[in-house]
Amino acid sequence: MVFWSNTGKFMTIEASLAAPADKGDEAKDDPSPAKTGHKTRINDVVITIATSNGTGSQSANLVLMRTIFQMGVPVGGKNMFPSNIQGLPTWFTIRANKDNWTCRRAGSDVFVAMNAESILDDLKDIPAGSILILNEDLKPFLNRTDLITYIVPFSKLVVSVCPDGRLRRLVVNMMYVGVVAWLLQLEMDEVRNAINRQFASKPKAAELNAQAAVAGYQWAAENLQKQDLYRIERMDKTRGKIIIEGNVAAGIGFMYGGAQVVAWYPITPSSSVAETIMNLMPKYRHDPETGKATYAIVQAEDELAAIAMVVGAGWAGARALTATSGPGISLMAEIAGLSYFTEIPAVICDVQRMGPSTGLPTRTSQGDIMKAYYLSHGDCKHPMLIPGNVQEVYEFAMEVLNLAEQLQTLVFLMLDLDLGMNSFMTEPLQPPTKPINRGKVLNAEQLEQVKEFARYRDVDGDGIPYRTVPGTPHPRAAFFTRGTGHTDRATYSEKPDDWQGNLDRLTRKFDTARKLVPQPVFELQEGATLGIVAYGTTDAPVQEARAIFNDELGTKLDYMRIRALPPNDEVRDFIEKRDYVYIIEQNRDAQMACILRNEWPHLAPRIRSVLHYNGLPLDARTIVNEIQEQEQKS
Amino acid sequence: MSTTQPAPAAPKPPQTNRIGQPLAVYKGAESTLCAGCGHDSITSQLTKALYEMNIEPWNVAKMSGIGCSSKTTAYFLGQSHGFNGVHGRMAAVATGTYLANRKLVMVGVSGDGDTASIGLGHFLHSIRRNVPMVYIIENNGVYGLTKGQFSATADKGSAHKKGNENEMTPIDCCALAINMGCQYVARSFSGDVKQLVPLIKGALSHNGFALIDVVSPCITFNNHEGSTKSLKYAKEHEEQLHEIGFVPFYETIKADYEPGTVQELDLPDGSRITLKKLAHDYDPTDQDLAMKYLRKAQAERLFLTGLIYHNPDTERPLAEQLNMIDEPLFSQDESALRPGPEALAEIMQSLM
Repeated sequence: MVFWSNTGKFMTIEASLAAPADKGDEAKDDPSPAKTGHKTRINDVVITIATSNGTGSQSANLVLMRTIFQMGVPVGGKNMFPSNIQGLPTWFTIRANKDNWTCRRAGSDVFVAMNAESILDDLKDIPAGSILILNEDLKPFLNRTDLITYIVPFSKLVVSVCPDGRLRRLVVNMMYVGVVAWLLQLEMDEVRNAINRQFASKPKAAELNAQAAVAGYQWAAENLQKQDLYRIERMDKTRGKIIIEGNVAAGIGFMYGGAQVVAWYPITPSSSVAETIMNLMPKYRHDPETGKATYAIVQAEDELAAIAMVVGAGWAGARALTATSGPGISLMAEIAGLSYFTEIPAVICDVQRMGPSTGLPTRTSQGDIMKAYYLSHGDCKHPMLIPGNVQEVYEFAMEVLNLAEQLQTLVFLMLDLDLGMNSFMTEPLQPPTKPINRGKVLNAEQLEQVKEFARYRDVDGDGIPYRTVPGTPHPRAAFFTRGTGHTDRATYSEKPDDWQGNLDRLTRKFDTARKLVPQPVFELQEGATLGIVAYGTTDAPVQEARAIFNDELGTKLDYMRIRALPPNDEVRDFIEKRDYVYIIEQNRDAQMACILRNEWPHLAPRIRSVLHYNGLPLDARTIVNEIQEQEQKS
Repeated sequence: MSTTQPAPAAPKPPQTNRIGQPLAVYKGAESTLCAGCGHDSITSQLTKALYEMNIEPWNVAKMSGIGCSSKTTAYFLGQSHGFNGVHGRMAAVATGTYLANRKLVMVGVSGDGDTASIGLGHFLHSIRRNVPMVYIIENNGVYGLTKGQFSATADKGSAHKKGNENEMTPIDCCALAINMGCQYVARSFSGDVKQLVPLIKGALSHNGFALIDVVSPCITFNNHEGSTKSLKYAKEHEEQLHEIGFVPFYETIKADYEPGTVQELDLPDGSRITLKKLAHDYDPTDQDLAMKYLRKAQAERLFLTGLIYHNPDTERPLAEQLNMIDEPLFSQDESALRPGPEALAEIMQSLM
């Protein structure tokens, strides 16, 4: 096949002839039209855009993504950004897929290269046969002949569109939107709609950006050789849907869950949880008569203060939460134990990033599962909810506030950077169906009815005692909260029986938690020969991997998705019934597997692990390859 | 020898305060501190002040961290909720409690280790936020519960029980507090009943963060010759800035002093503090003067006590800054906490 490039030279498409050996897997895994003859692939494309952060490229990328969404085609966006404000390489990947597979897929079909900093690495990684849209300024770096390369003089084109030299750096990004729109036959009306939406509050900027997109499109139409490898065609699969980031869903959930005190310390990738709450609450959560806030949001001096404020507020009866990431939970460890032992409701939303240490602050991980579960010194365990998608993030954000008060303890909501900061298409969130549950709190009238109020007595046999809050107008309401050893009447005690009795009751309470937390989801297939277990954002690639196993390899898999800890008997039974299962995790140390082995040591020989921990969101192919490899070995 | 037995007197009804509570209600569990500990005197003076201020016991939150001082919240107000949390975090825990229920009377007791070392950041930030609470530092210059290490408030040149001298500059919590915008800053001595009780009452009437740094000798680890926080040293060196009096809102000042000799300070609840001038011509509303005196005291090793700084009009309390509802957050039910479906529909529309 031969195409015209804009330089007027012939370019030979050599992908199918000379794919480099190290690209062999990619070529096999994701056959692109260029490699397999050239049937146009419709509504199935991965676009990667490499830019420099702080250049406004995020707006352009979102416009591109929204255009596809508005054309009714399922789409997902993943932002691979640096831990930096301006000037370092950043990548945005858009996956449009008619079958709804919108999680990460390795390799790109269309690569937009705008960044000199990353171009050499980018060129190494682009699969053979892919389409490369190359900023003309980067032409000297071009060292691949196995790509379909379109060289676009962005720097020259932007001059005509944008007279203001200071804005060119920002506006130039919208020009590649126009080029990609031409390439994939996106509807320019929808591009315009997406731009208007992106710059809703800045009509002038919207106009300028729209001109840039059109200029990019027109230039491409006039100067580039038409090809038809990939095309986006209008579908009807996104009608009525929303695009939302997990952290935004969490913020909405916390508001509807009745959050009252939010204390937080800024940390990537969790800040947008608190910021969402700060955006929403002033509008929706004030007293109708006085206009005063029914909540308090405090940016604390550090994570220790944030969790201390949460526990102080929880003690006084407010629904309180903090949002943080790995380094934050390390700092919160001591007070996590205080919450556990003094039995004060508290919620930590942990948006996991790659650790240890500062690690990769802008890369995703499931590396805090074990730390969070056992956070603090001594015998200490905390329930946690692990949503697998943005709908569950919203639901669990409400539920975690209920559970913290029902169980009178710290409960985690575990997100990760992928879920928290990337954009997902989903059904609109629905109003809550479960009422707010404040748990066992005695007021003055109820205290009048009870003979004796003993703060830590297991009256109901579920391990959960009754509490009162300060400010309850009754002489018997008070008790003394202490992190030291105590009797069931909250008085100081160092007696062995008191200590052990209390810890045993806390174990009973933890067993009650097993029944109250969200139960696992099972997806079983007739004739399944393998069992897999996953949690959190691993769900989307697992779903796609199951389809690949089924469609390409004829293998059926039973799937259990764990949605909370502590695990219940159903989790145990799923594993017990099978010779072995694969537990798929995004951490090095097989943390969930360790927890399950710890809970049920006899399951240890039945647990195998598939582990992914390079900072990128997990993709289906990696799961398929890993399991196949382990199957072949055994 | 008389054989007549005196008729048994009818038991006297216990004396009560203006809300009908006897002093006993303001007491707590028996202290487990060393006999003669300065902290125990502070506890009795707190008890007295709370009783005389007619505070509803159920509406008090007693906050503390870890250390000898922090144990004392168990020794007063047995009918109040107390929270003995973790080391150094009391101010942050108290901030959360206050936000949850701004109607509570917050009484925090901390030590010099708890406040000036591990919890210094939270101490300063709670002042910066102006969290309304009485914050008492029971300051003895040593870590008592871990057996006598120097704390960060130990004076330069003060000798350790084992002989070595502290070489580092002490942290002056009062000076820090004034720098952070604290509007009520006092220093006192645990043995000075006459001064400490009115200072606590003034702090209870203040609507904002009120600091009282009370030098409280550790009779076990820091009461020896050469220590600048010993009972003897404090008694011999205490120099009062003024003679302090507290006049509750329901009483009038007896005007039996000469004009110009007494300064009156108004408190938000209508009560007043009276400051009778002594050797110093000291005006606690003058921030520069306050800082000057604190510097001088540190340089010359003077143990100045009294109301060092008072200026209630500079910062709004945190809940007002946040424009919060007046009622405790706990009193809010689902209808107030959960926006309706139309709000969610509006948010969803913005995401479509």
